[in-house]
Amino acid sequence: VNKQYSFPTQGGETRPSRCPDNSAFKQQKLPAWKPQLTIATVLPSFFLTGAFCLAVGVCLILVSACLFLSQIDYSDKCSDCSKLRENSSNWNKECYCSVNFTLKEDILGDVFMYYGLQNFYQNHRRYVISRSDAQLLGRNVNRSYCAPFTTYRNGTPMAPCGAIANSMFNDTIDLFYNLNSSAIQVPVLKTGNSWWTDKNVKFRNPKSYNLSSAFAGTARPPYWHKPVYLLDEEDERNNGYVNEDLIIWMRVSAFATFRNLYRRVKRIRQFADGLPAGNYTFRISYNFPVTKFKGRKHVILSTVVWSGGSNPFLGIAYVVSGTAATLTGFVITAIHLKLRKKKTYFQK
Amino acid sequence: MGCAVILFPVLPILFIFLFFLQNNSIKTSKYNFFTFLPLNLFEQFQRIANAYFLFLLILQLIPQISSLAWFTTVVPLVLVLAVSGVKDAIDDFNRHKSDKHVNNRPVQVLINGMLKDEKWMNVQVGDIIKLENNNFVTADLLLLSSSEPHSLTYIETAELDGETNLKVKQALTVTAELGEDLQKLTEFNGEVKCEAPNNKLDKFTGTLTLRGEKYALDNEKMLLRGCTIRNTEWCFGLVIYAGPDTKLMQNSGKTTFKRTSIDRLMNVLVLVIFAFLALMCLILAIGNGIWEYDKGYYFQVYLPWAEGVNSASYSGFLMFWSYVIILNTVVPISLYVSVEIIRLGNSFYIDWDRKMYYPLNDTPAQARTTTLNEELGQIKYIFSDKTGTLTQNIMCFNKCSINGKSYGDVYDMSGQRIEINEKVDFSYNQLADPKFAFYDHSLVEAVKLSDVPTHRFFRLLSLCHTVMPEEKKEGNLVYQAQSPDEGALVTAARNFGFVFRARTPETITIVEMGETKIYKLLAILDFNNVRKRMSVIVRSPEGDLTLYCKGADTILYELLHSSCDTLKEETTEHLNEFAGEGLRTLVVAYKNLDEDYFQEWIRRHHEASTALEGREDKLSELYEEIEKDLMLLGATAIEDKLQDGVPQTIETLAKANIKIWVLTGDKQETAMNIGYSCNLLNDDMEDVFIIEGSTSDDVLNELRKKMKPDSFLDSDEINIQFEKSSKKPKIIPDEQANGVYGLVITGHSLAYALEGNLELELVRTACLCKVVICCRVTPLQKAQVVELVKKYKKAVTLAIGDGANDVSMIKTAHIGVGISGQEGMQAVLSSDFSFAQFRYLQRLLLVHGRWSYIRMCKFLKYFFYKNFAFTLVHFWYGFFSGFSAQTVYDEWFITLYNLVYTSLPVLGMSLFDQDVDDRWSMLFPQLYVPGQQNLYFNKTVFVKCMLQGIYSSLILFFIPYGAMYNTMRSDGKAIADYQSFALMAQTCLLIVVSVQIGLDTSYWTVVNQFFIWGSLSVYFAITFTMYSDGMYLIFTASFPFIGTARNTLSQPNVWLAIFLSITLCVLPVVGFRFLKAQLKPTPSDKIPSWQYEKAKKRPPPPSPKRRLRRTSTRRSGYAFSHQHGFGALIMSGRNMRPKSPFATTGTFSPNSDKHKHKGL
Repeated sequence: VNKQYSFPTQGGETRPSRCPDNSAFKQQKLPAWKPQLTIATVLPSFFLTGAFCLAVGVCLILVSACLFLSQIDYSDKCSDCSKLRENSSNWNKECYCSVNFTLKEDILGDVFMYYGLQNFYQNHRRYVISRSDAQLLGRNVNRSYCAPFTTYRNGTPMAPCGAIANSMFNDTIDLFYNLNSSAIQVPVLKTGNSWWTDKNVKFRNPKSYNLSSAFAGTARPPYWHKPVYLLDEEDERNNGYVNEDLIIWMRVSAFATFRNLYRRVKRIRQFADGLPAGNYTFRISYNFPVTKFKGRKHVILSTVVWSGGSNPFLGIAYVVSGTAATLTGFVITAIHLKLRKKKTYFQK
Repeated sequence: MGCAVILFPVLPILFIFLFFLQNNSIKTSKYNFFTFLPLNLFEQFQRIANAYFLFLLILQLIPQISSLAWFTTVVPLVLVLAVSGVKDAIDDFNRHKSDKHVNNRPVQVLINGMLKDEKWMNVQVGDIIKLENNNFVTADLLLLSSSEPHSLTYIETAELDGETNLKVKQALTVTAELGEDLQKLTEFNGEVKCEAPNNKLDKFTGTLTLRGEKYALDNEKMLLRGCTIRNTEWCFGLVIYAGPDTKLMQNSGKTTFKRTSIDRLMNVLVLVIFAFLALMCLILAIGNGIWEYDKGYYFQVYLPWAEGVNSASYSGFLMFWSYVIILNTVVPISLYVSVEIIRLGNSFYIDWDRKMYYPLNDTPAQARTTTLNEELGQIKYIFSDKTGTLTQNIMCFNKCSINGKSYGDVYDMSGQRIEINEKVDFSYNQLADPKFAFYDHSLVEAVKLSDVPTHRFFRLLSLCHTVMPEEKKEGNLVYQAQSPDEGALVTAARNFGFVFRARTPETITIVEMGETKIYKLLAILDFNNVRKRMSVIVRSPEGDLTLYCKGADTILYELLHSSCDTLKEETTEHLNEFAGEGLRTLVVAYKNLDEDYFQEWIRRHHEASTALEGREDKLSELYEEIEKDLMLLGATAIEDKLQDGVPQTIETLAKANIKIWVLTGDKQETAMNIGYSCNLLNDDMEDVFIIEGSTSDDVLNELRKKMKPDSFLDSDEINIQFEKSSKKPKIIPDEQANGVYGLVITGHSLAYALEGNLELELVRTACLCKVVICCRVTPLQKAQVVELVKKYKKAVTLAIGDGANDVSMIKTAHIGVGISGQEGMQAVLSSDFSFAQFRYLQRLLLVHGRWSYIRMCKFLKYFFYKNFAFTLVHFWYGFFSGFSAQTVYDEWFITLYNLVYTSLPVLGMSLFDQDVDDRWSMLFPQLYVPGQQNLYFNKTVFVKCMLQGIYSSLILFFIPYGAMYNTMRSDGKAIADYQSFALMAQTCLLIVVSVQIGLDTSYWTVVNQFFIWGSLSVYFAITFTMYSDGMYLIFTASFPFIGTARNTLSQPNVWLAIFLSITLCVLPVVGFRFLKAQLKPTPSDKIPSWQYEKAKKRPPPPSPKRRLRRTSTRRSGYAFSHQHGFGALIMSGRNMRPKSPFATTGTFSPNSDKHKHKGL
């Protein structure tokens, strides 16, 4: 920075010079890095990216080849039940159906059980906003965004309110291992399936001496069979708003086709290493109607690897991009060489 | 009490009364404290983008439509309004300040018989005020009396019309009698009737009724606000017009708001974007209708239709508006504000540039308008004033030829001319002007040796002129010359020892080599345009009668005595040499008169000058009679000094494909001389056309004739096409001439050419020429010429000038540049940029303009890209979310994306980016050409940005979609929830646009690094904060994304998807840009970096200054003003002071001489 000069003026008084400061900033001389797209930077970037993408892609494809995935569409397999459910007056009639399948080899490692829905628009805007986070935090809510499932006509508020909660997936799926004509129920875990933050921060039961009194003055959502405080009668910490099935359902999906984690196989006894080969049966209590909106229901068994569940997309996309980048690299090289020849020719 | 009733005959009585109360305060500010908010908001909402956002806000209040939280629109809108509002407030505050400064200037007002100091703003119509020497005139005054004889008052009108020569005003005799007598002035009781306030500077009519007598008033009796009193100790004036009614204020008018071509393009683009938005919304609305009919209807078990919605089509209609809200970000609300900020920043660089700072008068460059910067990078036509702009308006006595000997150049032994810098020592002469410089010592020797012709030569120069001397202090001589040339000649004589000291109507006092001599002035044969010469007849102290004459060579040569023929030849040679160097020449001659003849002549002269009829003719006959058989003395050569670096600047600008037109009020010869000396015209040109016709037919013929050589280029087809096409102003495409031509056109011909259907011809002809010089043009014509080019050429124009006569063209051109630091400020005040020297123009255009343009273009490209990439993801998501106006991103992200996450990096780029450095862009002026052709941002480029944005948005939607579809996290939990997807998509987007800005930035300063990395860090910091437990527990409804960041960003395949998105978005751009630079290189690509590095180490030598040598003969006898001289005034003695000047040579300290005068 330059010091200010003084100019004597006609009146004899001095005033500071109006000469601008000589700072790098004001003179636009800030030191700078000037990257340029030259052949020396462009080619490596293409080839390196290409090689990296190819490597990752191949890796992903190889890894997901080791995955086990079994998806069973049971929406039509239990055709009796689906018909029964089409009539809403049968809401309290129970309907069970069984789906058999065979595992040809052992599935080692953690096995996860998902339910999958198709054509269920959980990402519809009005659906997404139809919930009350404050209510799910156990607070008293005066104003909520739960329309159209806020209160009953008589003014009783629904707990939990909103279209999301009301439409909660309520099939019960049990997995049986048919060993020597006796069916052993595969032990499953129904907790620990949701995000820790959801379970411990985002969802809380209202404070009261017991759960049913906490929900006094509220009523279950219209589609529910039982009130919220009876969602899991066995486990107090998995009941009410903190019930994990509810929590998982409330985490709405981004797409109309989605899977939610339902249960994890508990690795004890003969299931300590995973699921042994053999015949299995899903016993499903069929409550959730999907035919009305042309939806499908699936039950899925899967294992996971470091990159998550089976998804060929990323692997293929990486291989394709890697190939494209490498090829482009070659094209650029070719063009560059051709142009350089031309230039030298002209210079002669 | 001084009382005058001012009446307007035409106005009703009420207005008269109001007008009478009009005080002298002026107001240029727009707002006051209370009106600021409503007025400013009203103005801002006139902007289409702001109004649109207001409309959006209203839409969001409708619950069925509202698809976004209110803050997504309100926060940006408020911010944008606030930034613009603050800027307006600061501007207005400054205007208030300057108003206050002007309004509070002190002035002496006559109140109750006493002179009282008052503020300017308290002066009222009808007040009598006293002004002193060098005071600014407070209001428009009727001059009552002054200290000078005959109540003359000298004023300088520099601020009014840019002319710095003195003008004389004279009061009515009846008021002049009032003198300084306060009593009489107080009792002065008259009635003034005058016309209503108007903006005609040169006209005033009115009457003064005093004691029943009526007196006519005209402009000669008016002192206008903005003038300065000079050479007059005091004067009294009656306020006629005050404040906003004064002619100065009436003239200032409304400044037209200039907009850049990018501004206009942006407005078009915003409309295109609106159309695009409407189209997208329409598609989505139709999609929604179909979806609701096909799927939503059945999905009603879980999600009943909203209240009031009973059909799919109605839902579609509502969804149209919902999508208008969601997709609003495609209309860039922050665009205008960012553009303003960038322009402001780039304007500051101009203010700060030391290379445009002129230390001699301490003047930095100034960007007075901060909204036109990028236009500086697109200039195609420069319209330049001559005097004071190209030239310094300093006349230097440079060379002379005395009695066949040329002085001024210094030769070495071998006869080669050498450049020397050793000035001649004038210390023998104590009255010499220290600023005067002369290099040829032989002339001084000749003077010292009392060479008779040399002495006679300088004696002539010191006698034959109409200069007025002023000697306030002894030895401090100041010459008031009507034309700077005359001043230069008299100053030269003064320095060589023939000091013009004083004059009375009958005498001229000269200090000849230290000896005071008083010559009797017998007659002044004044200059006029026809005579092109002036003479004086004097009687020396010895009693000799001599006529001294100076004038244009063409005229004077005809009047010489035949005995001078050999001398004439020698002098002609010298004259040619002088003219070849672009000097202005004059020939001087003398004649000894016979006493008897003269007595007889002077008698006839007296008769003629008192004749009632044909006085002029008779006088000129007499003049011709006596001005013959003159003896040639020699010739003078005056250099109209160019400003430093003008030829080089013009050369550089020409290389940058900028066409330069010189518009000057000067005479043709002078203008052409300057044209040659500053390299505009040169002898390499095929031809220089001169158009001087005075009727339309002539001009037409001349134009046609000049057009002929090029007619094969303007093939008839074009002409036919022009005739066929509609009558709207057509844009003439650029045509190429078959050679380099110059065009010189006089104002007279111009007037005819501008009149009718010749306009088109004129523009076509003129634009074919490399250089156009218009001489003898009026200020209005200057503006007309600029307007003409603006109308027919799709080009950006720049006008540069220094005087008030340039104001109109400065205001008309796209960009007006004022030369500051001169005396008149009018041009600077109405200019957009100002600096002290013409040569700074190349830096302003080639460096600042170019950078601003490139920065602005890069900014716009990136800005549109990032908004398209951002918004269109919503569009694709619509197809997967039942067209329900579900957003992809978190609402907070939508709010902050433009304002926080992406604003600073792009601002950093648009404030710091340099593709090549300043020296480089000066060395390669062709780098400027893409700007002129509008190559860096136009509709095509916009479409490309849009396509790139669409491509990116596809990647940004489908890669996260694919990566999440039907898969799980590595811990088996579901991954495809909405919040994770939103976070992933927005993280992808933000990293991609950050990498993209990195790619666009070619000059990474610390600030850029900080902004880019900082914005990314801020994004993650804000995201983690907003998605934290605490925020959720406090503001449950606002931050529902709790835990998403932690849970999602820990997943490897999320990062794999992000990396893939970046690769796919950026790598094609890298490849495309590289290949484009290889296959279709732009000028800046053509400069390989190695060459750049090499040049950086060793700057190329500056091109050697060519000495201009021309063979052709052009001479200009320009040493006079265009008007009649002061001759009559001098002879009548009206402008003489009664007091006697210092008449003896004493010990004088040399003092400065002001000789900066403005020619007409």
